[in-house]
Amino acid sequence: MTGASPVHRLAPIAREPLAVRLLLTAVAVAFISLFVLLPLIMVFTCALADGAGPYWAALQSPETWSAIKLTLRVAAVVVPLNTLFGIAAAWLVARYDFVGRSVLVTLIDLPFSVSPVIAGLLFVLLFGKSGLLGSWLSAHQIQILFAVPGLMVATAFVTFAMVARELISVMEAQGPSEEEAALTLGASGWQVLRHVTLPKLRWSLLTGVILCNARAMGEFGAVSVVSGHIRGMTNTLPLHVEILFNEYNFVGAFAVATLLALLGLVTLLVKRLVHASGSRE
Amino acid sequence: MTLASSARTRRRLTIRRRGMLPGFNLSLAIVTFYLSALVLIPIAVLTWRASAMPAAELWAAVSGPRARAAFALSLGAAGTAALVNALFGFIVAWVLVRYEFPGRSLLDTLVDLPFALPTAVAGIALTAIWAESGWVGRHLSAAGIQVAYTPIGVTVALIFVGLPFVVRTVEPVLRELDPVLEEAAAVLGASRLRTFLQVILPATAPALGTGFSLAFARALGEYGSVVFISGNMPLRTEIVPLLIVTRLEQFDYAGAIGIAAVMLLVSFVLLLLGNLLQAQRRRRHEGA
Amino acid sequence: MKTTQALILILLTLIAADGSAAADPTLLNVSYDPTRELYQEINAAFARVWRAKTQQGVVINQSHGGSGKQARAVIDGLEADVVTLALAYDIDAIAEKGKGLLGAGWRSRLPNGSTPYTSTIVFVVRRGNPQGVKDWDDLIRPGVVVIVPNPKTSGGARWAYLAAYGHALKTLGSEDKARDFITRLYKNVPVLDSGARGSTTTFAQRRLGSVLVSWENEAELLRKEFARDGLEIVRPKLSILAEPPVAVIDALVDKHGTRSVAQAYLEFLYSEEGQEIVARHHYRPRSAAVLARHAAELPPLTLFTVDELFGGWQKAHARHFADGALFDQIYMGSR
Repeated sequence: MTGASPVHRLAPIAREPLAVRLLLTAVAVAFISLFVLLPLIMVFTCALADGAGPYWAALQSPETWSAIKLTLRVAAVVVPLNTLFGIAAAWLVARYDFVGRSVLVTLIDLPFSVSPVIAGLLFVLLFGKSGLLGSWLSAHQIQILFAVPGLMVATAFVTFAMVARELISVMEAQGPSEEEAALTLGASGWQVLRHVTLPKLRWSLLTGVILCNARAMGEFGAVSVVSGHIRGMTNTLPLHVEILFNEYNFVGAFAVATLLALLGLVTLLVKRLVHASGSRE
Repeated sequence: MTLASSARTRRRLTIRRRGMLPGFNLSLAIVTFYLSALVLIPIAVLTWRASAMPAAELWAAVSGPRARAAFALSLGAAGTAALVNALFGFIVAWVLVRYEFPGRSLLDTLVDLPFALPTAVAGIALTAIWAESGWVGRHLSAAGIQVAYTPIGVTVALIFVGLPFVVRTVEPVLRELDPVLEEAAAVLGASRLRTFLQVILPATAPALGTGFSLAFARALGEYGSVVFISGNMPLRTEIVPLLIVTRLEQFDYAGAIGIAAVMLLVSFVLLLLGNLLQAQRRRRHEGA
Repeated sequence: MKTTQALILILLTLIAADGSAAADPTLLNVSYDPTRELYQEINAAFARVWRAKTQQGVVINQSHGGSGKQARAVIDGLEADVVTLALAYDIDAIAEKGKGLLGAGWRSRLPNGSTPYTSTIVFVVRRGNPQGVKDWDDLIRPGVVVIVPNPKTSGGARWAYLAAYGHALKTLGSEDKARDFITRLYKNVPVLDSGARGSTTTFAQRRLGSVLVSWENEAELLRKEFARDGLEIVRPKLSILAEPPVAVIDALVDKHGTRSVAQAYLEFLYSEEGQEIVARHHYRPRSAAVLARHAAELPPLTLFTVDELFGGWQKAHARHFADGALFDQIYMGSR
């Protein structure tokens, strides 16, 4: 039971009959099994359908390696930037009161509700040759669209507020008293941030970062629009899955999918551990 | 939980902090810069391009039979999926909060999977399961029901992506429910069903509403997991995000922009709705 | 502060690094949808030949998608060194709208109007051909579900459309009757994928449709890949000669310094080895000798050209595929 929250206890007189409890449990388990567990199992089953040999061969192909490297590279840029923003946003929103703060907060929530495809379209309109910055970019030989920077921008947009959201709710709940105390003791702003705020936040920071990372590495829609699909160069792992699928290489597609599925599982495990540690403190 | 509601709460609890802790200007600068560059300016460009289009062209882009069918499908499937998630998500949340059984931990972890699993992976897995030759599809096929490449398949994919939203929004509320209320109702002779309808449901309704609108908003914009299972047939199984991509590929920018602008508007409205419901829940909570 | 500076530097490197410091020249071949397998083999062979000739390696990157879609991507900034698209019209579009990317006289720079291979449009049907599809006229029968890609984005789709229209013109005699024919054909089409490969996936993997109208080379590949499904190829009595052209994008090869490699790459397609590879992938090589060797899989057919029946691509495009032209009118009504 490590990591799961404690069960809400009711006096026996108020509890529903056993039959009802069993039924509800069965329904819940069936629902989750059908919609969540089954797809997960499917990914691994299909990947290993031809045995371990083709599975490993698919993972070792040079195009898969390029896709892995590209995905890591995009995440390595997007996650730290969004984390930095997240810390700044949390500091700003949770520690100050000012005109326009709720507007700011709504704006930060915004990308979350936008379809990834629209996110991609936004950047095509901005960076495409016929877009707003198109002529300026080609004049200066800068390539954003159909190149790696475009992937980064689209991914950054989609995962924009993931760290910020985690940090803001926790920072607000925690209150500024510790930071203020440190301030009165003579600490500078940076020292307060480094030695008081961030340590307090480390669990939510970690949660936010791994969620942001999982989403960044798994993003499909927005990246598909801005990528140009240059094999070996602008194909991230999710795009590579689509390509393999469309080349009738189903074992290959599912093999690469297992990598991403494992990423998802690791993310969930870390989140679970974080909650367990966080609630222990 | 959205940020606007917690921000409002905070303001009520504290006095103005500005000037007390250093770093206001720097953090404001970073936030404003990043927000503008990444979010505001791109959205402004879309809005500007949309408003620069002649009204007739904009209308034509969103009112043709194909666009209308896509909107009907997206809204219908997203709504259905959100409803299914509301019902079953509630049950899952209930079971997770109140019952103990083997595998509870696993169930709890699995609820978050749709959030952590890349959409393309979900897409090909769901297609494989629900296609005519798939594990579940083949049984349904025998009964004459086709799931993959039909609107039902689209709904299935959207159920998957929206699942965590309802569960995770309702869970904390269920957990915070004071057992005293239910025990008192039982002592006073109310049946369990009555207690549920008159005590528990009203208390969790706002959270359920928020979860529903979050799941709905997410389902509306979903692309990756749907595009494999839907078949993408215009007028039948073409969702709005796919229509945008198709228009873009045909370099019908006007068409793509028109639809995107409408979708964006709908997203905003849903976001505001979600925020309002959250704020209402907070106010109720504090008022109680 | 030193760590901050180092971190910023790392970040910038990650963003901006494009590996152009590599010694080997890199080419980007922006191609149409079904040529994936073809260029995989061509690229490997060419790299060998180039290394033997110049002791230098070469890296060739591929991008595939619907021909029209790819052309517009190049116009929009995709930095292709060479384009190998499905029809001359798309490369003309790059020359016209690409703001100096390519000169207008590109067609005469390579033999056969810059088309190293040709193909045609055939049908693929299910095992045993249950609906008895033999020729174009069978496609307009009620109950026959036709899978064909979107002419707005796919080159193969445009060839298929013109093949059907051309057949109707020749057998029915008038433009009006042909228009009626093509309208009835597209009424039988439930979905338009953006590229030829999307259509073959829809037909073979999603099992939609009773007949797929596609490139000959795609059809042969499909039959091989889905051997267990027993898909059959039906060649209509009359079809169109599809001529997919290739071109070097002048402005970009000069910018990348890859002109000689790019030129050699395209010329390789015409070489004996290149034409052999082309034939092996079921494209029809220009070389009569190689074609003769593969006469079994690539039988001679009665084919008409776009110039013959439609007066060239510019006219055909304006009449059928432009915004609001015939295709829009028959398929979508109002968008």
